[in-house]
Amino acid sequence: MKSLRKLLDKAKPSFEEGGKLSKFRSVFDGFETFLYVPNTVTRCGSHIRDAMDMKRTMSVVVLALVPCLLFGMWNAGYQHFLSIGNPQSLCPTFWFGFCKVFPIVVVSYVVGLGIEFAVAQVRKHEINEGFLVSGMLIPLVMPVDVPLWMVAVATAFAVIIGKEIFGGTGMNIWNPALLARAFVFFSYPSHISGDKIWVADLSKGQGIIDGFSGATPLAKAAAASPGTAIDLPSACDMFFGFIPGSIGETSKLAILIGAVILIATGVGSWKIMLSCIIGTLATGYLFNVLGGDNPYMSLPPHYHLLMGGLAFGLVFMATDPVSSSQTETGKWIYGFLIGLLVVVIRLFNPAYPEGTMLVILLMNTFAPLIDYYVVGANIRRRLKRAKAALSAIK
Amino acid sequence: MSRVLKFRKGLNIELKGAAEKVLVKIPHAESYAVNPADFKGLTPRLCVKQGDKVKAGSPVFFDKYAPEVAYVSPVAGTVSAINRGERRKLLQVVISPDTEQTAETYSITPEITASRDKIIDLMLKAGYWPFVKQRPYGIVANPKDKPKAIFVSGFDTAPLTLDMDFILSGQIENFQKGINILGKLTEGKVHLGLSNADTGSKLPKITGAEITFYAGKHPAGNVGIHIHHISPISKGEIVWTIDPQHVAMLGHFFATGIYNAEKIVALCGSEVKRPHYLRILSGTSLASFGEQVDQDKKRQARYISGNVLTGSDVGANGWLGFYDNRISIIPEGNYHEFLGWALPRFKKFSTSKSYFSWLTPNRKYEPDTNLNGGVRAFVVTNQYEKVLPMDLYPVYLLKAILAGDIDKMEQLGIYEVIEEDLALCEFVCTSKIEVQTLLRQGIEMMIKEMS
Repeated sequence: MKSLRKLLDKAKPSFEEGGKLSKFRSVFDGFETFLYVPNTVTRCGSHIRDAMDMKRTMSVVVLALVPCLLFGMWNAGYQHFLSIGNPQSLCPTFWFGFCKVFPIVVVSYVVGLGIEFAVAQVRKHEINEGFLVSGMLIPLVMPVDVPLWMVAVATAFAVIIGKEIFGGTGMNIWNPALLARAFVFFSYPSHISGDKIWVADLSKGQGIIDGFSGATPLAKAAAASPGTAIDLPSACDMFFGFIPGSIGETSKLAILIGAVILIATGVGSWKIMLSCIIGTLATGYLFNVLGGDNPYMSLPPHYHLLMGGLAFGLVFMATDPVSSSQTETGKWIYGFLIGLLVVVIRLFNPAYPEGTMLVILLMNTFAPLIDYYVVGANIRRRLKRAKAALSAIK
Repeated sequence: MSRVLKFRKGLNIELKGAAEKVLVKIPHAESYAVNPADFKGLTPRLCVKQGDKVKAGSPVFFDKYAPEVAYVSPVAGTVSAINRGERRKLLQVVISPDTEQTAETYSITPEITASRDKIIDLMLKAGYWPFVKQRPYGIVANPKDKPKAIFVSGFDTAPLTLDMDFILSGQIENFQKGINILGKLTEGKVHLGLSNADTGSKLPKITGAEITFYAGKHPAGNVGIHIHHISPISKGEIVWTIDPQHVAMLGHFFATGIYNAEKIVALCGSEVKRPHYLRILSGTSLASFGEQVDQDKKRQARYISGNVLTGSDVGANGWLGFYDNRISIIPEGNYHEFLGWALPRFKKFSTSKSYFSWLTPNRKYEPDTNLNGGVRAFVVTNQYEKVLPMDLYPVYLLKAILAGDIDKMEQLGIYEVIEEDLALCEFVCTSKIEVQTLLRQGIEMMIKEMS
């Protein structure tokens, strides 16, 4: 390791201001701080600091996403072989999915990090680790058949418009990964909705067995007419994730493992997750009572957590500390409203069966307002005390 | 029965090198210094020059904007140097001690101790006034103000915790006398905060002060936390605070009339061979303590006057700060650590459960001064709140300071905090934000706006 350190120390001067390679300062800096924790010491304030830093925080989230990614790869293969009526064993299934999903991950990281490096260079600041998470989230919320150039354009949009123009990680209003998905959703709707795009190669239509439907459980539920039963996969299939859907969202088990990692390390807010689940179940139950003969409304409330992207969204997207509510009271309100609105949109929006993405983006927009009122209550308490003190003097 | 307040929020950082209860009296140091930077917001006006003879208690400078407040020499000797920094800013007035010590003496009559004005006049003249700090802002109090209360914290919870009972054990009478004097300075109450732990301390028997017991982790011993829960400061209100040793020193002065800057200080930290307590004068040079640093560890050491969260890096040849009760010596962290952010790092302390220090709550750590990461924007939420037992939103307050929004700073409670109260927030910050520096900038903005 010493020789690597020596190599870095030797190369460093040429990357610094005025050096031959100073155009790549941010890249060098990014790699150096990745390999070695910098030797900077505290200059003012507290002399000792907690060992936690942003790299580790973000790595924990990436680690929590790995089960979803691995299962997503396997499921991409599984759904494909199911559609052609030719089930394969574990390895070929995973390999097929790997070949489909890995390029999306690579494109997302290359485009996003490329922009991050460039911006860090221009603005002369250190590279932010925030994109390590966004870059992993973007592939996981895309359908497996999404064209790579679309991923590239969406990622660029999310990083530039969603994050960098606000000042980078920590300053953004919306969750960048969801913004990337929303970009694809509004710009190329045929590539991210319908029944054909959730299973690899299904839209090409070659060798598909008769009667295979690539529709997601949500689409089936939305399409059910009053008085009939919904043709849903079993709750068990939906929990383990043997269903079509976006790459990372199908397995609730993998998401649960991620949630446990996030909560155990304290990186993700359990308050948001819990309040969101409460919101979903409460609203689902309310419509159970009011529902009448509408089969979707009379679905057991916990099915909303098993179907679609809500579980993935509430664990990994709604808990984004930057775009969610920042106050603890606010987090309860914010999470509850996400759960509530997702169910409402699912049940009453005829145009598109899923509401998670737009609901989280909507609540991202309102999170500062929620915080404004929570902090405002604190301000009013203080003001009241000041007035009491003033009148006591008089 | 006195009140007991319990705090759930807070954090005790367990460090190696806490001082043993052994008291050593140190002979005179090579030099002593009075450092204007110890007194926030002070513009000093010198009244000695190099080569002047001073007694212990003779003034060396005044506050330009409050010339009645004298800042005095802790020792009798010769002014050997007047250190200046950039733009001739006064750094230290250095005094070499004489072998024969003489001190300023005053006659204390019952007439003086009966009158608030006369007590204040004497404290101002004799150099005892800077003991009294005011909230808001944490600056030397304005003698013309009428504080609504005076707060003393009789215990310490900061890392490398001081045993105040041990320090004050021989000083209880002086402490009582000091409390009596403070009682004359305010129409409100004198509040004494004590630890809830039963240590057989004599402090709960003190009279003339309202005693409140506190249970909880650091910063439960900070006087700012006590004020917030007992008598929070609203706009226009003023509270005075004073260090418990200073109370005893004040009591000693009013008992004898002789200026005496002697105090007990802990020499502690992982780099000290045998951490213990010292009886020294305020402003003592640290140079002689270099011998006590464990050279076997072959590490560069940082000499901190004060505790590791709020103290100042004074260097091996620096001097003890005016308000500081300990000298902490810890290793510097100027090294590269290969993939450190990804490793388990069993030897490092963290509040994050992605490390393992939460599994061993009683283990003591040897942290160094490495920043442990790069500076980022605010990202992680609910970190500061977990270590601050106050009804206050620290991140919003800091953002108001960054925006320079005076109204918001006021609304969010800038009057209620000084650096030491938010020091733990800085320690735990994942984004490595310089919380204390930022807060002082905000306080300076407020002082400017309000004057």
